[in-house]
Amino acid sequence: MSLIHIAWRNFCHRALSSFLTTFSLALGVGLVVLVLSIYGVISEAFTRNASVGYNLVVGPKGSPLQLTLNSVFYLSQPIENLPYTEYMEFLPKDERAAMVSRFGGDPKLAERDGRYAPYIAGGFAIPLALGDYYGEFRVVGTTPDFFTKLKHGPNVDEDFTFSEGRAFKDFSAEHSYFESVVGSRVAKDMKVKLGDQFFPTHGDPSGHGHELGFTVVGILDPTGTPNDRAAFVNLEGFYLMDGHAKPVEADQQSENDDGNLLDEAIDAEESNEAQPETDPTPNANAAASNGVRLVQTGAGESEVGPDSTAPDTAGKRPNEYRLLSIPEREVTSILIRNGNIMFAPGMQNAINEGIRSQAAAPIGEINKLMNLIVGPLLTALLAITGITCAVAAIGILVSIYNSMNDRRRDIAIMRALGARRTTVTSIIIFESFQVALIGTIAGWLLAHAAIVMYSGQIEDQTGVQVGFFTTSNYEILVLPLVLALALIAALLPAWAAYRTDVGSNLSA
Amino acid sequence: MTQLLEIKDLKKSFAQPEGGRLVVLDIPEFQIAKGEQMALIGRSGGGKTTLLHLIAGLLAPDQGSIRIAGIETNGLSEQGRDRFRAETIGYVFQTFNLLPAFTAIENVRLGMAFGSGKHQHSRAADLLTRVGLQDRFNYRPRQLSVGQQQRVAIARSLAGRPKLLLADEPTANVDPSSAESVLELIRETCREEEVSLLTVTHDMQIASRFDGIRELDEINQVDHTSTSSA
Repeated sequence: MSLIHIAWRNFCHRALSSFLTTFSLALGVGLVVLVLSIYGVISEAFTRNASVGYNLVVGPKGSPLQLTLNSVFYLSQPIENLPYTEYMEFLPKDERAAMVSRFGGDPKLAERDGRYAPYIAGGFAIPLALGDYYGEFRVVGTTPDFFTKLKHGPNVDEDFTFSEGRAFKDFSAEHSYFESVVGSRVAKDMKVKLGDQFFPTHGDPSGHGHELGFTVVGILDPTGTPNDRAAFVNLEGFYLMDGHAKPVEADQQSENDDGNLLDEAIDAEESNEAQPETDPTPNANAAASNGVRLVQTGAGESEVGPDSTAPDTAGKRPNEYRLLSIPEREVTSILIRNGNIMFAPGMQNAINEGIRSQAAAPIGEINKLMNLIVGPLLTALLAITGITCAVAAIGILVSIYNSMNDRRRDIAIMRALGARRTTVTSIIIFESFQVALIGTIAGWLLAHAAIVMYSGQIEDQTGVQVGFFTTSNYEILVLPLVLALALIAALLPAWAAYRTDVGSNLSA
Repeated sequence: MTQLLEIKDLKKSFAQPEGGRLVVLDIPEFQIAKGEQMALIGRSGGGKTTLLHLIAGLLAPDQGSIRIAGIETNGLSEQGRDRFRAETIGYVFQTFNLLPAFTAIENVRLGMAFGSGKHQHSRAADLLTRVGLQDRFNYRPRQLSVGQQQRVAIARSLAGRPKLLLADEPTANVDPSSAESVLELIRETCREEEVSLLTVTHDMQIASRFDGIRELDEINQVDHTSTSSA
């Protein structure tokens, strides 16, 4: 008969007391495991969200965290906008030339590679334009590259796939520039179907609605990223909405009036790029002179999409829209993937040394956020649950210690049968370990059962899939820690067992 | 005749709350031969249980020698005494002292659990069968009658194949009709197992069943009215 068997018999003999002690410990362990799991889910969600195939986000000077939050997580407000020319700095000469040719702008822009183009050779730069909402969800103006070049998933190797439909096109005969793709959560919450049309609101969810609507041509499969909570629209269509064109003349006036050093520096930078010496597009020139917005000014004023006779959502034919010229265009941020990741730090430094833009590494920013806010919160939660476990351990102590009065006689009998002092001490410690082991396993099972119960909601909210055996790295530490607590809790009763006087207790 | 237990110049005293020490035992000489069954008679409070505890190594004497099966137990460490007790001595208590958390057969197996020998289930089953409890293996003490509990205690005391069985008023808590059968059971199993038996009792009727009878007052030189300073 082993000592563990003897300890187990003692555990069973005091069934109610043992059960209550074990149950209280199980609740404490369950709380700890839940907190660790929640932290794991949060951590993974943040990491997954920050890992969608790009390594830098470029935006206006300001808080890199805010830039990350609004460009990666579609949270918080955009800092400011960048001129489109800043986006063009990431493109090679031929792509810049094609843009100048298509949209109109300073011909000099077409004469050189973008300043940062060599850094991202083999990678990509995808512009984002934010500011509008569809219901409570962010509208993200971007290019079709978003769906072909970005990846997601734990290893960032999964393409975006569509539960229905397809990615929007730069221009389609059917919907002109006004195609949209919605994330899975948007489709679910807004009850969106293919072919539905929505009209973004400007500035915030309750802002005024734009006149132009976007037709949903694709619904994304869930990705577990913030993209599930975004409505993507064609950047060209986004620019064509009222209020989205940069009022060039007014902007220039503002800069002149302001007169601070930064703006002067920006002016100097812009003078060779953004302000065309000879604007090839008459309408853009006209716009620059009268300061009016240039959207929907009539057919034939600028280069437009492919010739089509299909009417768009506002009743106009596609060739009735004139795309914004380069000076009128702005982007909120640019998602960058370096072809060779070794170039990323150099490019980040080069951008940050400039006066207009900043480059932030999303994962680094998220790690800072985790360390600054989530980490301390987790520590506080762990401290609270740790105290719960300590209280449960004290429960073990009280339970066993209180039973010592009843079991002194048992100990004396065992000693009379030849048990050593260390043997009876070991039995007490084993008994405490049994409570700890059963409590820990029960707590772990309880916590993971709860996690599985809510796994659907967790996946909906965070995109993180959790199963019964999804464990945090820290969970492996729970059992040794609880056993250590149990050992500490057992010391006092074990000492009492060690000191039990055989003669007096046998005669009692 | 070979002596199994030899006691010489054994003294034991206990500290008193008011100071000083109360000498309980002072035994110049006492022996039990191998296979002998002896009854030791004494009045209550006379030091009978203390003597058994000293022989069993549960208490350490102030001075003197206790030699069992040729081994001087006073020379052993506490752990050594524990082991020696587990392997050499069986103990039947006045109040049976079965562990309530364990079944009858588990209680018997406990008698083998702390020695170096094997603690076989078959040995425990055999002993329980010999004491007439073959259909009570898995009963817990509270489910057994007083007499049955004492039978389990007897089986347990012999489980470790001891050389010496110490029985402390083994019939004190059983009814008179059962007392005789319990006593006979102890004596018979000791004979079968070739175990020496020392039974302490205050009951002359019980003592009269034994071949050898000694009175504690004869071998103990302590005057129980005296107190001496240590």
